[in-house]
Parts: sequence; C-alpha cells; structure tokens
Amino acid sequence: MRLNSIESRLLVVLGLMVLGLSLASDQFLTLGNLTSLLNNNAVNLIWAVGLLVVLIAGGIDISFAVAASVVQYVAVYCFQALGGGNWVIGFIVCGGLGIALGLINAVLIHGFRIISIVITIATFNAYFGLLMFFSKGRFIYSLPDWWTDRIFIFEHQSASGTWSELNLAVAVMVVCVAATAFLIRYTNIGRQLYAFGDNPEGARRAGVNISVMQCVAFGWMGLMAGIAGLMQVNIVKEVVPNALYGRELDVLAAVVLGGARLGGGRGTVLGCILGVMFVAITQNGLNLLGVSPFAFQMIIGAAILIAISSSNIPVELKSLGRRRADAPPARGAGP
Amino acid sequence: MSEGSESRPSALTLDGVSKVFGGVRALDSVSFDVQEGEIHCLSGENGCGKSTLIKIVTGVYTPAPGARIEIFGHRFDVMTPNLARSLGIEVIWQDLALFPHMTVAENIAFDEMVGTRPRTVSVRGIHERAEAVLERLGVSINLNSSLNSLPIAQRQIVAIARALMGNAKLLFMDEPTSSLSQSETSKLLDVVRTLSRQGVAVVFVSHRLAEVLEISSRVTVLRDGRLVGVFPTAGMTQTRLGELMTGTKLEQTISARDRSTSPAVLEVENLGRPGEFENVNLTVRAGEVVGMTGLIGAGRTELAHSLIGMTRPETGTVRLNGRQIRLRSIRDAIREGIAYVSEDRLGLGLVLKQSIADNTVIAVLRRILGRLGLLSARRQSELVDHWIDRLAVKIGHADHAILTLSGGNQQRVVLAKWLATSPKLLILDSPTVGVDVGARAGIFEIVRELADQGIAILMISDEVSEVLFNSDRVLHMVDGRIAGEYDPRATSVEDLERRIYA
Repeated sequence: MRLNSIESRLLVVLGLMVLGLSLASDQFLTLGNLTSLLNNNAVNLIWAVGLLVVLIAGGIDISFAVAASVVQYVAVYCFQALGGGNWVIGFIVCGGLGIALGLINAVLIHGFRIISIVITIATFNAYFGLLMFFSKGRFIYSLPDWWTDRIFIFEHQSASGTWSELNLAVAVMVVCVAATAFLIRYTNIGRQLYAFGDNPEGARRAGVNISVMQCVAFGWMGLMAGIAGLMQVNIVKEVVPNALYGRELDVLAAVVLGGARLGGGRGTVLGCILGVMFVAITQNGLNLLGVSPFAFQMIIGAAILIAISSSNIPVELKSLGRRRADAPPARGAGP
Repeated sequence: MSEGSESRPSALTLDGVSKVFGGVRALDSVSFDVQEGEIHCLSGENGCGKSTLIKIVTGVYTPAPGARIEIFGHRFDVMTPNLARSLGIEVIWQDLALFPHMTVAENIAFDEMVGTRPRTVSVRGIHERAEAVLERLGVSINLNSSLNSLPIAQRQIVAIARALMGNAKLLFMDEPTSSLSQSETSKLLDVVRTLSRQGVAVVFVSHRLAEVLEISSRVTVLRDGRLVGVFPTAGMTQTRLGELMTGTKLEQTISARDRSTSPAVLEVENLGRPGEFENVNLTVRAGEVVGMTGLIGAGRTELAHSLIGMTRPETGTVRLNGRQIRLRSIRDAIREGIAYVSEDRLGLGLVLKQSIADNTVIAVLRRILGRLGLLSARRQSELVDHWIDRLAVKIGHADHAILTLSGGNQQRVVLAKWLATSPKLLILDSPTVGVDVGARAGIFEIVRELADQGIAILMISDEVSEVLFNSDRVLHMVDGRIAGEYDPRATSVEDLERRIYA
C-alpha cells in the first residue's frame, strides 16, 4: 500500500475517528458496540465487494439492492417447492438467482453496447416494479425455520451480564470478502478485469474476452447480491419488498469513498472495507454523541468530496491549468 | 522491384490488397513484402493508407476480395486478430494500448493473464518474465511503478517489451517516435536494431525522413492508397523520399520579407516569470512571421502561455496594437484577437468524439448565431466548408467524428478552429509536429497567406530549417532569454543549428 493512496489516508482518518470516539463516548469502544457494528454492516460489505468488482471493470450497478429483494421473494417460493430447503440449498438458490439477475445486466450491456448506468437504472426500475406488482407489496413472515434461526459464530457475556455476539452474516461476509480479494488480486480473471476497466480498447486488442469479463463482473455482483439477500432475511426474519430499496446508493458511496475509481481500473478490497466502515463508524459515532441523523448524510457527502478531490489534487491542478487553453472558448462563446 | 529479396525468407507478402470505406478507396491493390529480421519502413502522408494496411495484416479489417496474404510462407484467406497474434505478428499502435493503472511488469507480461480459464497469477513469475524481456532489450525500468508514472518514451519501451512477450516475429510500429525527443528517439532506434539482430522483422512507420533513412534497409512508399514503390534506402535522399511521398517537387526557399515598416501588433517589454523566462523583449508586426527556436526547455512554450493568458507574467508589459493588455484567461486572449495553436493539439485542441464541423466552429459559436440567438446550421456549414476547403482537409463528410480523420488532418481542423476566430495575432507552437512532409508545405503556405492578410504570427518550432525558411525574422531563445535575432536572408541553416546546439 502506497503512503499517499486513498486506502492509507482513510486508515489514518478512521484511526483518528476511533480514537476520538472512544474518548468522547464510553460506549463506543465496547465489545457490544463493535460486534453490532459488524453485524449491522455485514450485508453492506457483501454488496460492497460485489460492486467493487463491477467498478474495477469500468461499470456501475444500481440494481443490486433491488435484485437482492427479488432473490428473496423468488427464493421463498423455491424453498416451498423444494420442501423447505436448508442452508446449502439456500446458498445455491440465492446465489444462482443472483447470478442470473446479474447476467441479465451483463447481456444487455454487452449485447446492446449500452453503458452500464443506463441498463442498471432500467433493470433497477424493472425489477422493483415487477416485485411490487407480483408481491402486491405484501410482507412474508412465514419463512423456513433454518432461514430465520439465529446462528452465532461468537458469543460473550460481560461481567455486567450484557451479551455481545457475532451472527452468521459476519462469517459469510468474511468469506465473500476473502473470495473477492482472491479473485481480483491473484487470478488471471481478476487482473483482466482491472485491465478491461483501465483501457477497454487496449484490453480488447490484447485478446481479453470482453463479454466474459462483463459476465464475470456482473455475475459476481449478482452472486454477492443474492447472498446478501439471503443473509439479510436471516437478520430481520421477514421478507419485505421495499426493504432494500435505496441501499444501493449508500453502498456505492462507501465503495467510492474507499478509492474505487468510477471509470474502472482502480480499487481494492481493503479500500472497500475501509469505506464501508468509515460510513458505519461515522453513523455509529454520531448516534452515540446524540447528533441529528441529517448531519450524518452531510458528513458522508463532504467526506466523499474531500477524499476524491484530495486524491486528485496533484494531477488535476496541473491539467486544469492546461485545459484552460481550450475549454473556455467553448463555454464562453455559447448562447 | 526490391533488391535482395531472395537473400532472406519472406516474413510477410501481400498482393493486391484493397479496402474501401464508405466510398473512399483507402487502399488500391497494394503489394508489400517484408523479410525476416528486416527493418522496413512504411512511408506516406497522413491518410495514404498505412494504418489501413497494418489493420488488414493484423486481421482488424477484412480486405476486399482478391487479396493474397502470406505469412512466413503460409497463405491465409481469412485473418483474425487472434490468428495474427498466434503467428507472431504484433502491433504497437500510436496510442500504445497499455494499462495506465497497472504496473510495468503486468503491462509487459499481460499475455500471461489473458484467457477465460481461471487460474492464479504468480506475481513473481510475471516479474521474472518481464525482467527477462527488458534485459533482452538492454533497458531497465522499475517493474513495480505504475505505468502512468512513466514518461512516454519509457511507455513506448514497455509496449515493445510486451510485444516481445507475445513472441513477436513481425512487429509493426505506428509512428513510435512522434512524441519523443531526439535522445529518446535514438535510444528507441537502438532497441529496434537489437530486435532486428535477434531476427524480428520490424515494419516502422514514421514521418521523420531522417529517421526512416537511418533505421531501415528498404522503404515502401504509399500515396493516396496506392503503392508508389519499394526502394532501398541506400542512396536515397530526404528530398527524394519527400517527393515520392507527396508526388510533387519539394522546394525550400527563403521566404523572408522585410516588414520593419508595418505597424507593431504585439510588443512585449521586459516580460518575466521566475523560473520560466526573463527580460523578454520582442515585437511582431502586422503581416510578419516571427520564428522562435531553441532547445526544448528554453522557455518558448512558457512564454506563449503567458502571452495568451494561461499564466501571468510577474514583470513587464504586453501591448497589442499599441494598447497595454492584461490577460486573465484564454477567453480574454480570444476577445483581444489572440489565437494559440498548442503543441499538444490532439490532447487539448480537439473534442475527439464530436464532428469535424463542430470542432471547427467551437471557438466562434457566437458568430454563427442566426435569428433568435440560435445556432444557424447554414452559417455553420458555410464557415466549415470555407475552412475545410481553404486548409485542404481531407474528409469524408463534415459530420463525421473527428476521430475518423488521420492525425495530420485532425491538426488542420485545429488550425481551422483558431483561424475562424479571425485573430490579429496567431501563436503557433510546433505547428508541424506529427504532420507529414507534403502537408507541412501546405501549412506554411497557409501561414504565409495569413500573414499577407495582415495577421501577426509568432511561430515556435524545434526544426531549425522550418523556422528559417518560413519566417521573416528568427529569434533564438536560450534559458528563458532571447539570445539572438537572425535574418533568414543572411543566415544559413547550418550556421543557426551550430549556434543552437553549441
């Protein structure tokens, strides 16, 4: 990790925040608070690493959170048809459905050569519309027991008697994060994704199979969305059609904050984790300090602006000066 | 037609290759051959069909029926990019097609990672292979630095190294030296010779005639999509080669005239900007072409930037038509009647995805407004047609994206864009970089015509002969100061070169 990378800066900022918050609030640095931070953000992190892969490959996905809701609904019927199901079937069904929805994006983007933001805004609306239409907005509470039973991977009772625990979603998240890190760092597919995002035409000329890359990126995103959907039900014990609607922008903000470049070619799993945790700890800290929740959104907005612009300063100032040579006449002479 | 073609086996033989694009005949029954281990130059003006030829050999384009393609003695009826690569044909395009955010090692050994069958990639393996290739080329570059931190010359080397990783036996290089300095170029040529000694056939495309004659054993000349001929470079002169490329006699004569009685348009007094230039005094008169030459880094471009408001000088004054001006932006400069054609035209001067027409009028949108203040299509097309005709830009249609033009023609459009602003003072920074020989004469003709209309012109260029033959006065800049002024009628190229490179 280079010293001036977004990741190392974010790490420093995060460290300072943790230090400040642990001084300002005696509840922050408690086992209970830290475990609940992880529990509450496991689903976001699973999405985040999926989205990271898409961003690295030069795409963007708006539809994944809604896709996760679609997966949840369809999975309910699949489990009924399969006689109840279990965790293994759960992962296979939800993962498979997620991949299928991701591949729909990939095929549309590659097949019609339309940029990913347009396609995924379209599928975002289509998925959500179909979901509300067929579910008629109904919640589903009667779910298989295996799905809603709490499974703890860590439990601890403090001297004062309060329990702190980590649930299954955290373990799944760790696996997803590790798998994504392995994919993008250590496999040929991952390196080709970076290359494709960095210079699509160069990658094409070098013999990278572009359609496969799109399918891997959006398929991986879909897989993560499906798994995130599965785990989210385990946490909330209900299936609500609009429960995940709107979460996509929070995740996108966190991933971009973590240094993934819109436009492709740059981004790391570490940055992704730091981005999600930055958002989570900011929110958590403001809650503990009793600050208005609206302040949270302002701070996230400001943090994104500062993080992105500061990482561009050395390069941009130079080219800004040069760009002035040609840009102003175009704008200045306009009506 | 070519001498000694029997001596070595043929790496590539083309026969009767044609290609038509939307009615324009880009290649007309061209034949071409390269021997193993030969350095062969492909020459011709912009738009003569060089790039099209390369794209046909590498399977990017399909030629019109009737073409014969033979590679290392085998005939291929259908060529695809993958087949070409598997035969050891590699191309280094002008845009290099590298990956800016990846490391040098990954860029060089990229082929190791291509393929859809998942497997792990060994960082160490990639480093070793990249290292080995760089060693073969006799260069050393830090394998861990990201590509976008390297100067363009080193990226060029990385691109060559990558082609060698693909086990290249026939390497095409599309104007590899167009953005390199003299010393970088000579290093690159050394690398190309190393390749040739190792048995790699290199087809070298370049506009720099001296370079063509220096590096290659044979040169194939194309003109307007037709083969002019294949010539051994021994005994060939630059002038003769230029004539073959353009099909016309090239004559360079001193065109200087005395404009000392014309009114001064630009008067610069004691202008300075710390670290860039100091104590600069110069005058450019109406109808006068003032050339400015010197070594790279002498402060010429920086001076130009101050004259057009991109940077602010700390000392001195600038007067335009006798009135002192203070420019705060390029927009101010345009308003005052100053136009600047920058060195990096392709990067900064064009909106590549917009049409030729839109690019031409982008600086003068106000002038083509019709009734109600809306853009008038008629006025726009009149203006565009005028300039396209005037500058002899070779186009299919003015609505086509500027990307479809060859480099030299794109540069003419940039010139048209600025000329459309009807400037009083035109500053040209290296107006012929990347422009081919025949087109250069055309550009200087235009410059001369503009001067005759009373425009004052300040022309910056590295090429001494160019400045000397096409200016009325020549200024020599050294370390941010104007070191001397020369009258072209009383100075020889050799004389001036000696002073500059002394």
